Amino acid sequence: MTTQTARPAPSATSAPTSRERAGRLFQRHGALVVLGALLVVGTLGFDAFTTPANLGNIATASSFLAIIAIGMTFVVISGGIDLSVGSLFVLGGVLAAYGSRHGAVVALALPLAVCGAFGLVQGLIIARTRMAPFIVTLTGLLGARGLMLSMTDEGATTYLVEDKVFAGIGQGALFEIGYPFFIMLVILAAAAILLQRTGFGQNVYAIGGNEDAAALMGVPVARTKIMVYLMSGLLAGLAGALNAARLSSGVTILGIGLELDVIAAVVIGGTLLTGGAGGLGGTIAGALLLGVIQNLINQIPGLSSSFQQVVSGAFLAIVVITHRVLGGIRQQDT
Amino acid sequence: MTETTVVTDAPSKGPSGRAGTIAWLQRYGVYAAVATLFVFNAAFTPHFLAADNFRTQLVQVTPIVIVALGMALVIGTEGIDLSVGSVMALAASLTALYLGYGAPAAIAMAIAGGALVGAAAGALVAVVGVQPIVATLALLVGVRGLANVLLPQLREFSNPTLVALGSDSVAGVPIVVLVAVALIVAVAFLVRRTTFGRQLVAIGGNRAASRLAGLPVRRVLLSVYVLSGVLAAIAGTLATSRLQASDPTSLGLFMELSAITAVVVGGTPLTGGRVRVLGTVMGALLMQLLQATLIKHNLPQSWTQMAQAAIILAAVYAARERR
Amino acid sequence: MPVSDPVLEAVGALKVFPGVTALDHISFALGQGEVHALVGENGAGKSTLIKVLTGVYRLDAGEVRYRGERMDFTSPLQAQRAGIATIYQEVNLVPQMSVARNLFLGREPRGRLGLIDFAEMRRRASEILHGYGIRPDVRRPLGSLGLGSQQMVALARAVQADAQVVIMDEPTSSLEPREVDRLFHTIADLKAQGRSVIYVSHRLEELYRICDHVTVLRDGRLVHTGPLAELERLRLISLMLGRDLQQVASEGLTRFGGRDHARDAPAVLSATGLDREHVLNGVSLALRPGEIVGLGGLLGSGRSETAKAIAGALPLDSGQVTVEGRAVPSGSVGAAIRAGINLLPEDRKAEGIVPTLSVRENIVLAALPRLSRAGIVSEAAVDRVVETFMSRLRIKAAGPGQRAGELSGGNQQKVLLARWLAMNPKVLLLDEPTRGIDVGAKAEVQALIDDLAAEGLAVLLISSDLEELVEGSERVVVLRDGAVAGELSGDDVTEEKIMAAIAGKSDD
Repeated sequence: MTTQTARPAPSATSAPTSRERAGRLFQRHGALVVLGALLVVGTLGFDAFTTPANLGNIATASSFLAIIAIGMTFVVISGGIDLSVGSLFVLGGVLAAYGSRHGAVVALALPLAVCGAFGLVQGLIIARTRMAPFIVTLTGLLGARGLMLSMTDEGATTYLVEDKVFAGIGQGALFEIGYPFFIMLVILAAAAILLQRTGFGQNVYAIGGNEDAAALMGVPVARTKIMVYLMSGLLAGLAGALNAARLSSGVTILGIGLELDVIAAVVIGGTLLTGGAGGLGGTIAGALLLGVIQNLINQIPGLSSSFQQVVSGAFLAIVVITHRVLGGIRQQDT
Repeated sequence: MTETTVVTDAPSKGPSGRAGTIAWLQRYGVYAAVATLFVFNAAFTPHFLAADNFRTQLVQVTPIVIVALGMALVIGTEGIDLSVGSVMALAASLTALYLGYGAPAAIAMAIAGGALVGAAAGALVAVVGVQPIVATLALLVGVRGLANVLLPQLREFSNPTLVALGSDSVAGVPIVVLVAVALIVAVAFLVRRTTFGRQLVAIGGNRAASRLAGLPVRRVLLSVYVLSGVLAAIAGTLATSRLQASDPTSLGLFMELSAITAVVVGGTPLTGGRVRVLGTVMGALLMQLLQATLIKHNLPQSWTQMAQAAIILAAVYAARERR
Repeated sequence: MPVSDPVLEAVGALKVFPGVTALDHISFALGQGEVHALVGENGAGKSTLIKVLTGVYRLDAGEVRYRGERMDFTSPLQAQRAGIATIYQEVNLVPQMSVARNLFLGREPRGRLGLIDFAEMRRRASEILHGYGIRPDVRRPLGSLGLGSQQMVALARAVQADAQVVIMDEPTSSLEPREVDRLFHTIADLKAQGRSVIYVSHRLEELYRICDHVTVLRDGRLVHTGPLAELERLRLISLMLGRDLQQVASEGLTRFGGRDHARDAPAVLSATGLDREHVLNGVSLALRPGEIVGLGGLLGSGRSETAKAIAGALPLDSGQVTVEGRAVPSGSVGAAIRAGINLLPEDRKAEGIVPTLSVRENIVLAALPRLSRAGIVSEAAVDRVVETFMSRLRIKAAGPGQRAGELSGGNQQKVLLARWLAMNPKVLLLDEPTRGIDVGAKAEVQALIDDLAAEGLAVLLISSDLEELVEGSERVVVLRDGAVAGELSGDDVTEEKIMAAIAGKSDD
């Protein structure tokens, strides 16, 4: 990265090569193209795939991952990573179920408050001590999981959602698509405006691109970082709460390794883990793509669901290799 | 070597009290913490000093120690290997699948599988140039799935050789512990005394400089990930032999986190350029002791995770800004 | 000599770091509409003073006054908002973001609902940059521009933010003459608008071209301040170095002996037809044992790339390198090193030193395989090599165990030289060996290069410092646009002739 800034190759000033252009196109729209292709394959290959019920199911099931991935996209563009989201998702679900006995408002507010606080503290530590986000959020992962386990008798207690209104948020549907999907769309729209059209969004890109420079250019680095981790925590908590509403209970065993699926969705969507580049459209396509893969594998008789992991892993590998081969030429560390 | 290293780490710019303390803690804090927990348990935990308990603790910590050794090497090159837990699961599956050809063949296949996954990670990192965290993330997901596809459910076995490997002792010391000790010595030697070890650390310290100094960067990186894969596979095989069952679904879950924790707590910086082998072993022991202490005193499991979190934070906080 | 109406001042500034007094009660005053040179060796306190003025560091004693008022900046941002902007040596913008976004970061034009209006932003960005003589596609990532253009964007950004004081730290170190002219033009404009500039540079002729005042620092102390025109060049140098005038006059500005080491021997290294698309276009050159050959040309002319190609660090489309008549496989650093070709890279920090390792490990880094048996390092052999070179090159370190990252630039450079000398090389390629190291160490390094050549080593010396090139080299090969534009030897090796060769047929 440093070499890239310090000494652009003479060719860098000339027009972008076709390979560079292909790389950029792939990075931006690759996930969307593959998603389209898979939809076609699914339609042609499986009768049960294109039914409204199944498509609605995919959309609803993917929206939790997508909501978390929106927060993660901000974090990753800012040059960080948030490993705590899987644990916060579970914690949020447990808290929502636990809080639902006091009504829908508490069921939503409690997970948002606690998970938001987790995000806020992680952001504060990362911004103030300059410790690696990877490590800080790893401790967040452990801490949030520990808190969740101690709330639930080491995972033995499952709280049930007792508020009908709250359960309705997760279980209601429009055109066979669950409410969580529409909630995700609203969040996406707000997040897209925030990222693309506000100063905050510019700041997120700037600190991910070159943190020191951003600081010197007047970007409030610490505040921006705290904000992105706060957002990520809030969205993970919200996704957990919605999921609890959908399942009518705060399930304690879900969400193990979810942070990895989220990161996979973000990376497949074209956001580079090096920070400073990427966008939300790709992330959503990436999340839906993972959902479609899972759905398709379930449609193939005889394939176990663990096969989905093989495909996801392989797909992730293919995506990053393609990124490197097409777009990474200038970043080579020579 | 030893002498000059001591000189190196004595803060050369006139240690101001606090910085000196932090530096000392970073280096020796893990030893002090292990010693403290040890003394605490010796005093307050019944039967802690009994040989049986000792053996149990050591046997339980071996997989983490072995995986963490490989992780320390990878982190020394400024990389990270998230795939280790899945490699353990793959080793478990392969062991079960090839047990029909005898235990040695099964173990060989398991280790070969680990080497292959390591080679894939190494190729992605060293040849394609993918960030280690992404490359090994893809493998974490994919290899766990592969392990489950190969062996869809837990399979118990009674192969005498394999069972013996997991449960027998030589002169009172469990075989798995002996294997771990041998591996610790081997890795320590590799890091301190071999050209490969020195080159590995240099590459972690400055990749571009190492390349221009003619170091075989790709080969070293590739080998490091292969080593990590092999060590994880050995750990997976040992754990499997002790369980007397192959469990690809849950074996090695979160192992990457435990291993990273052990490495970081042991004083190896995540920024690469340094590997502390003994510190890593101590880091693993610390986590094990901590867990044992909480369990023996009837404190919930969840506390372990929160305590683990606090310790990692403290260790990394102490290590920061020392460059 | 008090400035009548200082816009920015430091009074009795004291800044102490552990073990070092970086600023020892320094007073500095910058007048309105003035271009003020700030000079001194490395470690003199220039950067510290700048960081104090711009809020990066806080003073231990004394104060900073801006427009007559005491200021306690706690961040560069505060200083910037007050109107003090800094243009750093390495352009400090965000390479992945577009030119327009970089220009307007934090001050984006807003449209409806307070959202950013990108069309307006792009339009205004093009307009502003045209005023600075560059016409980039403002939607492209900043990192895709040349360094000169990037610096112009940085400057435009500062001026756009209505900076009253612009601090420039070595702004021309990576610019071409054309770009330097444009920069100076812009500085004159700033001055005409009543803005003030603090100009830090090692290039004396530039200082005399544009600066009104000069402040000289040495070892954290103020040694001189006053109008620049009244200060002779040699006097300025002696102030900077703390050496007396006669010494500077008699020894010249560099420490090269400048005699002929070249023996009438066949070339030890010959490179023929080095070709790489967009970078090198058929470069050929030869080095004889004991000869120092200079490689001149502008930044981007292919100097560093030629060195890297010879050292195997840059893949070639075609071309051949031979050492003592034997062909060296191209594109392999290892093969080049085995053939006896060693490259001291331009960017010491990024490509040379391994900061986490000790001086000892850094010195033997390349030589490890030969100091090992069956892959196991012989510590005794390592110690011998390290002792030899630490004393021979007079490397100043607390001991072989000190971390290389803690050494001064000059000593780091010596460690790197030791790394290659330990390989017993035939050919040394030195890319800017004295850039960014203090004057004392510079002289030592130059003398050392001379000695090495005298011992029969073939040396390729790359330097943007013409003086160093002329005094150090027996022959100079000049590159332009990736091709050899001329070769000078004997009495033809002068600054004028090199510049003529660089300029050459540049207008066609």
